[in-house]
Amino acid sequence: MARKGKHGFPDQIETDLAVKVEDAHYVYPNGRVVALSGVDLEVRKGELLGVIGQNGSGKTTLTKLLNRLLKPSSGSVYVNGLLTTERTVQEMSAHIGYVFQNPNHQLFARTVKDELEFGPRNIGTPEEDIAQGVAEAVDFFDLGEFIDEHPYRVSFPIRKLVGIASVVTMKPSIIILDEPSTGQDHQTTRIINSLMRRLAEDGTTVICVSHDMPLLADVVERVVVMRDTKIVADASPREVFADEKLMLTTNLQAPQITNIALQTVFPLGGPIALTPKELAADIESRLKKGKR
Amino acid sequence: MPKPIILFDSVFYTYPGTDSPALSDVSLEIMPGEYVGVIGLNGAGKTTLGLSLNGVVPNMLGGHREGTVVVGGLDVEEYPVREMAKIVGIVFDNPEFQMSQMTCAEEVALGLESAGIDYDTMRRSVTEALNLVGLEGFEERSPLGLSGGQQQRLAIAAVLAMKPQVLIMDEPTSNLDPIGKQEVFGMATTLNQKYGMTVIVMEHEVEVLAEFADRVIVMDGGRVVMNGAPREIFSRVDELQALGLRVPEATALAGILRKTGHWKGGVPINTTEAVHSVNALLGVKA
Repeated sequence: MARKGKHGFPDQIETDLAVKVEDAHYVYPNGRVVALSGVDLEVRKGELLGVIGQNGSGKTTLTKLLNRLLKPSSGSVYVNGLLTTERTVQEMSAHIGYVFQNPNHQLFARTVKDELEFGPRNIGTPEEDIAQGVAEAVDFFDLGEFIDEHPYRVSFPIRKLVGIASVVTMKPSIIILDEPSTGQDHQTTRIINSLMRRLAEDGTTVICVSHDMPLLADVVERVVVMRDTKIVADASPREVFADEKLMLTTNLQAPQITNIALQTVFPLGGPIALTPKELAADIESRLKKGKR
Repeated sequence: MPKPIILFDSVFYTYPGTDSPALSDVSLEIMPGEYVGVIGLNGAGKTTLGLSLNGVVPNMLGGHREGTVVVGGLDVEEYPVREMAKIVGIVFDNPEFQMSQMTCAEEVALGLESAGIDYDTMRRSVTEALNLVGLEGFEERSPLGLSGGQQQRLAIAAVLAMKPQVLIMDEPTSNLDPIGKQEVFGMATTLNQKYGMTVIVMEHEVEVLAEFADRVIVMDGGRVVMNGAPREIFSRVDELQALGLRVPEATALAGILRKTGHWKGGVPINTTEAVHSVNALLGVKA
């Protein structure tokens, strides 16, 4: 029988879930600002999850409860079956990697290489595994030419890739990405897109907080929508982006292509497209059928 | 014939301590009242182009420059940055880094104070600038209590208080949510259409430029490689994609269908046009 934490929750549970949040509330220490009210969330291992919502809706607070940077005011948060309130941030960092929106909040080493090696060394990864992991990351993120540079000497978008890479090299079982594509161009956004796919293929749980709807539409399998400190929807990107009323009430915008699909092929029984490719394929098959 | 408000004549620029030029043979003319979008990969020269307009490049940053940049009739290299700030205002993507004062009014007045303007004029200019960006009555509020969109509009107000003729916004909304983005771009459109302000915006979100800009400039490796109306530029889907750039999803759709021979004629650049053309293609009556 597991020991109970001070709020009466077992400090460890048997679960296949990567994340299990039950009725979590968060009130800022001044007692006046409520940042999260009654959030329930279950995330399966290896799931690719997007979190969307206006600024101030509670997205970042929710993710900070997961890596234990914040403790819930009430309710429970389990990560890999461990009650986070009973663990230190350091302990949780072996389970969950957090990539900050602003890389300046996380980078401190003297060179890009040191930065990439720091995390895995800090959690006791064997040296040869570190070297291999760093080499893979340098290759994947195309950081070869910056490897000996000071992280603050490289441009902001590259620094941001370094921030992501420095967490990836720790190979955590869960990775939280906070606005990974902000300030990135199309090319680096594509690197982030394929990173998320590859991590999920390798069984890593990926939670991506973002305003980049085309990125999420293309990559994630599930979207959690937040508004005013609560989760107001939790469904596939197709269902979420097709819900015009939801988009309106949460002040969010579906990808342009989804709106085009909704006003063209959808009334004819076509799909709610998430990418131009998908919509083009449906239009083509309709035109071919028409000819026959 | 009106004169261009901005003129680049064969401009080359290399930052100190680097070998490859950040701007390479840039020649451009921008007319007063134009709304220009600049796209390109990170490192293509977009920010350097903006900094060349108020003289931070090369007057503050040094480096090597050739060619001429003339803004509002002044050769930028011959005037200090604080003089150019009266003609050209620049805002960046991190409004909170630009906030340093206790109240919104003080924030907006900062540039005016260093320009040595008297108190009454200053108060009037501050109120005018706040009104222009839709922050009426925000004078005594703290900048830190504002939303991201409001902070960015406040940063723009601080720039507008100097009554510049040109407003440059370098990825102004990359940290904002969709509502914040709409606030900032809506406000820039008002400044452009109602007050004839010249607006130049560096932006990755091409859907926004297709909607607002009169002209799109494409940069690659320090060069201006395309320059024209949004429709003309975004129609060149293959060339833009070869440069690693996005086109609006509406345009990308037509690009794919054109390759398979299903799309004839011009490409749509926004939702309304795409919906109209797709329904026509499928024989659906609107």
